[in-house]
Amino acid sequence: MQITVLLLVLVGLTAAGYYMGRASAVRAVGGRIAALHSVPAYYGVYVALWAGLPAFLLFLVWGASENWIVMQMVLGALPQNMTDGSEQSLSLLKADILNIAAGISTGREPDPVVLAAAERYNMLRALGDWMLLAIGSALAVAGLSYARGRIAPDLRARNLVERVINVFLVGCSLVAILTTAGIVLSLVFEAMRFFTVYPIFDFLFGLQWSPQTAIRADQVGSSGSFGAVPLFAGTLLITLIAMLVAVPVGLMSAIYMSEYAPPRVRATMKPVLEILAGIPTVVYGFFAALTMAPFVRRLGESMGMSVSSESALAAGFVMGIMIIPFVSSLSDDVINSVPQSLRDGSYGLGATRSETIRQVVLPAALPGIVAAVMLAISRAIGETMIVTMAAGLAANLTANPLQAVTTVTTQIATLLVGDQEFDSPKTLSAFGLGLVLFVVTLSLNMIALRVVQKYREKYD
Amino acid sequence: MAIARPGSYYLSEGYAARLRARYAAEQRFKAYGIAAVAAAAVMLVVLLGTIVGQGYTAFWQTQIRLEIHFDPAEIDPQGTRDRSVLATANTMKLVRDSLAAQFPDITERAERRALYDIMSSGAPFQLTRMLLDDPSLIGTTRSVWLTASDDVDQFIKGYISRDVPESARRVSDLQIRAVDALASRNAVEKQFNTVLFTGGDSREPELAGIGGAIVGSFLTLLVTLALSVPIGVAAAIYLEEFAPKNRWTDLIEVNINNLAAVPSIVFGLLGLAVFLSVFGMPRSAPVVGGLVLALMTLPTIIIASRAALKAVPPSIREAALGVGASRLQAVLHHVLPLAMPGILTGTIIGMAQALGETAPLLMIGMVAFIVDIPGGFTDSATVLPVQIFMWADSPERAFLERTSAAIMILLGFLIAMNAVAVLLRKKFERRW
Repeated sequence: MQITVLLLVLVGLTAAGYYMGRASAVRAVGGRIAALHSVPAYYGVYVALWAGLPAFLLFLVWGASENWIVMQMVLGALPQNMTDGSEQSLSLLKADILNIAAGISTGREPDPVVLAAAERYNMLRALGDWMLLAIGSALAVAGLSYARGRIAPDLRARNLVERVINVFLVGCSLVAILTTAGIVLSLVFEAMRFFTVYPIFDFLFGLQWSPQTAIRADQVGSSGSFGAVPLFAGTLLITLIAMLVAVPVGLMSAIYMSEYAPPRVRATMKPVLEILAGIPTVVYGFFAALTMAPFVRRLGESMGMSVSSESALAAGFVMGIMIIPFVSSLSDDVINSVPQSLRDGSYGLGATRSETIRQVVLPAALPGIVAAVMLAISRAIGETMIVTMAAGLAANLTANPLQAVTTVTTQIATLLVGDQEFDSPKTLSAFGLGLVLFVVTLSLNMIALRVVQKYREKYD
Repeated sequence: MAIARPGSYYLSEGYAARLRARYAAEQRFKAYGIAAVAAAAVMLVVLLGTIVGQGYTAFWQTQIRLEIHFDPAEIDPQGTRDRSVLATANTMKLVRDSLAAQFPDITERAERRALYDIMSSGAPFQLTRMLLDDPSLIGTTRSVWLTASDDVDQFIKGYISRDVPESARRVSDLQIRAVDALASRNAVEKQFNTVLFTGGDSREPELAGIGGAIVGSFLTLLVTLALSVPIGVAAAIYLEEFAPKNRWTDLIEVNINNLAAVPSIVFGLLGLAVFLSVFGMPRSAPVVGGLVLALMTLPTIIIASRAALKAVPPSIREAALGVGASRLQAVLHHVLPLAMPGILTGTIIGMAQALGETAPLLMIGMVAFIVDIPGGFTDSATVLPVQIFMWADSPERAFLERTSAAIMILLGFLIAMNAVAVLLRKKFERRW
């Protein structure tokens, strides 16, 4: 509630600041606007920024740290022996306090100390919100009056405002770097925690994947071994099947579209391929699991083969369909960028169209096509929904496309879906897999980029 | 060939054969191309055809008309007409009494239970809602259309065949007899399935709808839009118009291109490790989903916006600078409005991507079973693609058609968004 009030106050003061700033600038020169350094609106924006920005920044900082600060104060007031325990019991205690404070029953009779802590937590938070409202409003009023006092005909309001906007622009473009840093740090950090409980060498080269960890010591089949080789093999198998579908079909359709197709065919078929690219992956997954997999199974059985109902073939084939437009549109661009003079020269020597394509156009376009295929592979490796829905969970180390295999992304998804504690090796292993996935796809992209840069023919 | 003299190379047998072979190869090559394009098109048709074929029946739901006597002794024996009394009235008994009255010959307990099972477990709630809306119904007898159970629905739609032996069928002979009897009295009808559009999730297929998922998707996309557009456009303006050419800006550019190719599930891991664990944001909330999707669509929007800004000719900037505008004014007042259609198109395409995205949202817990329709950005919610993912796992036959119907609705949204993007591009595209 206080937060809504604060935001409304801030919006009000900012708007007021704009009009006051503008009016006082005009007043300062007696209406002769030409005597001002900047257009009056800039003085308005200047005052508005001073009114809104500091308070808003305070609001953001408080919003990000409030929970933590209040929790520390609450924990500090608890008796020493309660907060001394292990990290786990501490996080359990915190969760209890938060639940009781939010009015959610924890299902057992709460400890009076915890109850008091929860009350204190609520009280401190309310107090914090009131303080935020008071300080925020005061800051806004102070900023407004300070900025208004500085308005004078020779105040370079436009430059000051533009400087703020510039900082905003730079900040926004840094978000991309922050995101990458966030990805790398969170993956590396969590993977490191995993590798302290499970050696990295066993993870990368172990042949046994069974992430179930024992709840009871006497449980069967709960060794909790995290050898990821079966996952890598399964990923490669499905990717290979997908590429066997996507590369011939995608490449040939790109060749046909750019070299043979009359304009009307191209105009209708290009959107068709784009629709294929725009279909959400969950739809492909549904199709693979409920239509393709039973079909492959029946087909195999009619030929007397035993086919798993979660065969790698079904998942890989559907993934191939998904990647066709990716390969074809990238190859299309590359083939189109081969200059016409090369083709004309080849025709002039008497070559047919297909000879020209095979012996002139494709070699010239090869680096681009290689890069396109590598990007497609990276896409196939990172694809999650199709394999989660249509590939199995059993980590078989096999090259038989009719059997069920599992992939890196499937395991990440199944390990992390559902509530579970955040520091069991089972959960952490997903971050280890995520790190491998990130490194591999990133390398593929980098290599693809380098291939294009290094081997691209320069024609002019 | 007019110049070919007898005995010349061009008249030799080998030459003609080679030429024929080359032309045949040419035809073959072209045929491969046509086959490839046709294969892609056929796959699209099969994919869409399967989904439409499986899903179109889900837009209708079997309803059964029952004569319901709103018995005052049963609903409100004290006659207080108090809302809390009405809300807890045993309306299930009303439904059962009505069915029992229609089939007086069915008396055995197990058979009675089978008879009651032709109605949905949601039917009593329909009556409760009617009572709350209009308490004057009490004491009257009305004929009311109530939802049939999913098995009866599938039977009426012809997915459950009566030729199958009873033990292999989810509808018993007795139920079939009852439904046939009701149908002969014109008391069975397929009506438009509004629950599918307005309802939340449910374990009972006939009560499950995507209303909650659509609201969740809307809230999530709102957060995504509010974050990714301002940040993306600002970043594009900086990189395209102001950034000096140096190592830093190169790094940012390489970064953006790489982010565009990072698998979406990795963004889910980021969301889980940073937003949920470090910042302690709520699980399953649209605000977290929106944040993750915003980071994911940011590269798309930045790249599209940069292309749009680049397409504005330098003469516009120079003219603005020439009449005394500052660089920022030139960009904000002149270049940006001219680039707006392109930016908008890129934004819509990015949003369409975000709407269809599933994997990262699984990581941050938006995969929970949520019955209520979310009311705010921090409520637990799910989104349309995740709903499809969850329904696809359900064993009931009725969920198969509902999943396909949900896919059709999702594809409808995507097609609409892309159509708007194409129209925008067509209408505002300018060649300089």
